[in-house]
Amino acid sequence: MSDSSPLANLDAQRDELIRQINEVADFATLRQLEALLVGKRSVLTNLQRTLGQIPETERKDAGALLQGARRHVEERFAARYSELEAIERSAKLESDRLDLGDVVAGAVRVPITVGHPNLVATTQRELEDVFVGMGFSVADGPEVESDWYNFEALNIPPAHPSRGMWDTFYVDLGEPETVVLRTHTSPTQIHLMEAAVRAGDPRVHAVMPGRCFRRDTPDARHLAAFHQIEGLVVDRGITFADLAGVIETFTRAYFGPSISSRLRPAFFPFTEPSAEFEITCTICQGSGCRTCSQTGWIELGGCGMLDPAVLEAVGIDGSEWSGFAFGFGIDRCAQMRHQIADMRALIENDARFLRQFS
Amino acid sequence: MKIPLSWLRDFIEITETPEQLREVFDDLGLVVEGVEFTGQDIGAVVVAKVLEIHPIDGADRIRRVLIDAGEGPVEIVCGAMNFEVGHHVPFAPVGAVLPGDFAIAKRVMKGITSNGMLCSARELRISDDHGGLYILDELISPVIGERLVEALGITPDVIFDISVEGNRPDAWSIEGVARDLGARLGRPLTAPTLATPSGPATAEVAAASITATTECGRLSVSVIENITVLPSPTWIQQRLIGAGMRPISNVVDASNYVMLELGQPNHPYDGEKVAGRTLGVRHAVAGESIKTLDGVVRELAKPGRGLGDSGVDVVIVDGDDVILGLAGVMGGDDSGVSSSTTEVLFEAAFFDPMTIARSSKRHGVRSEASARFERGVDPELTLRATARFVQILKESCPDIVWRSSPLDLRAKLPEVPVIALSEADIERTLGIRIPLEDAAELLKAINFSVVSTDTGVDVSPSSARLDVRSGDAGRADVIEEIARLYSYLRLPRRVPTWEEPGGLSRQQQLRRHLRDVVVDFGASEAWTPTLGSDSDFELLDSGERVRITNPLASEESVLRNTLITGLVRAWARNVERGNGDLVLSELGNVFIHPSVSSQARQTKGGVSGSVTLHLPEEKEHMTILLGRVEDDARTAVAYAMGVFARLGLSDVVLRTPPQVPMGFHPTRVAEAIQRSTGAKLGVIGEVAPHLLGALDVPAGRRVGLVDLDFAALSHEELTRRESSEARIPSRFPSALIDLAFVVPDAVHADDLRAALQISTAQVESVHLFDVYRGTGQGEGRRSLAYAFRLNSEEGTLSDSDIATLRESLIAVARGLGAELRAQ
Repeated sequence: MSDSSPLANLDAQRDELIRQINEVADFATLRQLEALLVGKRSVLTNLQRTLGQIPETERKDAGALLQGARRHVEERFAARYSELEAIERSAKLESDRLDLGDVVAGAVRVPITVGHPNLVATTQRELEDVFVGMGFSVADGPEVESDWYNFEALNIPPAHPSRGMWDTFYVDLGEPETVVLRTHTSPTQIHLMEAAVRAGDPRVHAVMPGRCFRRDTPDARHLAAFHQIEGLVVDRGITFADLAGVIETFTRAYFGPSISSRLRPAFFPFTEPSAEFEITCTICQGSGCRTCSQTGWIELGGCGMLDPAVLEAVGIDGSEWSGFAFGFGIDRCAQMRHQIADMRALIENDARFLRQFS
Repeated sequence: MKIPLSWLRDFIEITETPEQLREVFDDLGLVVEGVEFTGQDIGAVVVAKVLEIHPIDGADRIRRVLIDAGEGPVEIVCGAMNFEVGHHVPFAPVGAVLPGDFAIAKRVMKGITSNGMLCSARELRISDDHGGLYILDELISPVIGERLVEALGITPDVIFDISVEGNRPDAWSIEGVARDLGARLGRPLTAPTLATPSGPATAEVAAASITATTECGRLSVSVIENITVLPSPTWIQQRLIGAGMRPISNVVDASNYVMLELGQPNHPYDGEKVAGRTLGVRHAVAGESIKTLDGVVRELAKPGRGLGDSGVDVVIVDGDDVILGLAGVMGGDDSGVSSSTTEVLFEAAFFDPMTIARSSKRHGVRSEASARFERGVDPELTLRATARFVQILKESCPDIVWRSSPLDLRAKLPEVPVIALSEADIERTLGIRIPLEDAAELLKAINFSVVSTDTGVDVSPSSARLDVRSGDAGRADVIEEIARLYSYLRLPRRVPTWEEPGGLSRQQQLRRHLRDVVVDFGASEAWTPTLGSDSDFELLDSGERVRITNPLASEESVLRNTLITGLVRAWARNVERGNGDLVLSELGNVFIHPSVSSQARQTKGGVSGSVTLHLPEEKEHMTILLGRVEDDARTAVAYAMGVFARLGLSDVVLRTPPQVPMGFHPTRVAEAIQRSTGAKLGVIGEVAPHLLGALDVPAGRRVGLVDLDFAALSHEELTRRESSEARIPSRFPSALIDLAFVVPDAVHADDLRAALQISTAQVESVHLFDVYRGTGQGEGRRSLAYAFRLNSEEGTLSDSDIATLRESLIAVARGLGAELRAQ
């Protein structure tokens, strides 16, 4: 390109424009500048008009150069705009600054508000207290588990149809289907028994409350996240009679002396013999109503003697030790006690709902 | 499984009322989910023929229909659309009372009088079908005016809907349920009538082979000739309908009948469509596919995503090695029985439960057959089921010929365990001594074999009970059967005791205490979702997140890494409803991806726990959102300091965090540090303005925020350090002095306070009471004024004592870069 070309000092002109942009320190000036830079009367637009004077053979290259310069300027303009925005934002935050260490706590007037414990947490505590009174300790466990703890150690091998009893959320870690959101609190049993075996004394008397997850579209009776409490006893000479006795004692202690329990056969992979436990319908006190389908009984949870396969998985000698486990829904207890028509109210956190519990 | 009482009565005498029977079923573990009374209250319903159908002006959901029910044309207004002129349908005349106390009366709609009602199958409680009127032409040769109960041969029946547990494949049949009842009620079972084969040998025309010998344990193939395909007799149709299946034709109905009655899935092929009348069972090989009855083309032998799934599919092939069906799951759509079929090649087989379970899961097909096979069908049932099939088919085709010597191949069948059992074993599990003879009687009633030994008995389960394992586990299985048949309700109860007292751990007690304190200070406890969306996650963090592989919805696909977003959302909804004057708290877990966590959990997983897995760190947070009008970072400080005090933590200082903590306002935030250990207990401040904006909180609101780390709060060292002996306050009067220091901004007011507090035993308390930033202090400094209470346990402090103390306090402050402010 010849020196006489109108684009001869394009680079210098471009750099001058960028220098001007960089100098701007407020939005108003920047917007004014925008018109001068890239608007109809801007330097670059004027140069555009001169392209016609350039020999046709060079015109294409010259046009490209000019476009490049324009893009450069525009980009810089946009960047400066965000810079100014950031500066303004941080200036605003800066003007907001409060050194919390300098807050004179005694001078802060805190309004008095009445708080309300969560119904589920309260219910969990009441249930724990009943079991603590019966000699149980309380154990916690993680919400994300491996398939081994959630399934296989509980006698539910991979691909076994009984895994279908739980609609499982799988977590995207490790090999497919190896990490799960626990579908029940039962994996905590395995952790407890493993720890007991490691400690050299397989005895366990514990309840394990916690949040569990099932891949189940929420409705009035189910939530995808829910709370369970699980019980586990491992000791010498433990029988099904002990299980039935614990369930009955708990039922009367928690629901009241007019409510009793009964067991009926059921299937769970991790217990054998297994049972569902039902309690006297708390609505009709056993006389039969819609809630209990006129039977006078409502299903509360599952239980059974620890399956020999489970004892084997954790390395407990089944000829010396035996045990039982049971589990049921904490939310469901809350629902029954307060006749909550729609469980979804529990996760809506509406202040008007929360206020009712104390 | 739906069990019609009338069908059950073929097998066992029943004298109990339906209510009594329900209790017996429940107590046997055959849980009754519903009881339905059918064929009742429909005595007035008659067969009517549709004569004319006319639209009604101004109504597109109802039509005017003229019918003939034997007494000339009757005008009806009808909302169903599934019928045509000439169809025969059930008609309930005015005055009839249908099931559910539904009285039929004259009604006028759009000026037209409806003189009765045309009915769907559900309205008559004949089946669940409510897709339109119950069209009778497909079922029977209808006669106008005939009572429906007679036309269909309906007798009143009771249908029990029984939920069959996963370990009771045998109970997924009428006979199996009857067997349990017989064992409990002590009544004999009547065996069903079975046909016997006759005529020329099967092998002359047909062949069978098993090459997948591990997966297919038995294959029985029969040839049945001289068949005419026509509708089944009404009583058979009625039973199928009662059990929840739709009648199709005599051959298909007989096949379903046998599956429902005995529990053997089976397949009748059109003999002429099967090359060489040959059925083979082999593995599918990669690249093969099948179009199943449901019209879906399925690629076979492709390993699935499921854990431990190697992709084994077993297929049924004909003499030309053409695939006819996915064994035990679903047939293909070519070789089925049609109206022109005259000869049936009948297959009844036993397949390995796990193979079928994996195939069914992998292909996403669940059929009546796969559901039974995956639980374990009685391998000894194939020929008996075939004989029953032929017998049922004879009801409509008395002249059929079942060729003699049906083909019957056996390969690998499950071993039948032998389980040693003693009275002591039973007592050890159930806590009751049941005489072995009584237990044996119960087991024999469900076809278990019981042989006496020196120490007790050897028990072998019936072939229908593949769920019974061997060894210790098998013993537990057998004891469950004894308990079940004996009745759980008769078992004793005892309350066990043990030496160790029950109780909560220190950490659990602290958790309760924390919750109580937070509520006492005005918070309402929320429960916000553990699963959130990517966009919610990205509001605060762009890094690694823990994802759900199979979320129900994209809004619930990421495990939360903070409670803040959920709480702000919950609060914002309350603001919308005008209830935002509120403090919300939540105690819950947040999840940190193992690749970015220093505390990732390592555990075993995968098949047999053979793989080491890295699981997310689970951190328990107590997060408190202060959303009242007066709230801001200041009230958050007061709130948090109150909580710390109630937890017995007095040595807590606030410091500016090195980085802005997630979710917090960048310039109105502090970390709460336990001074002596340096442990970070939590963060205090305001919710980040951009988060409030993103969640549509009205502009200009300040929202206080306290985010506590429960693990840090409950750390043993922390509580040990701070719990100390009680001090009795000095009886001597305290001296009050104020000191104001000019302090560099880098020095936290709390740190200076703490240093002054512990500098000498004579400092009873120190409180910051004024902060002043003015021109006098110079850049980067402010004046902090503290009020001191000084005293001594030995006596009243003298002026000179106080002056000395004052000097030493000034010296301590100077050590931190603070200068006494010039008066």
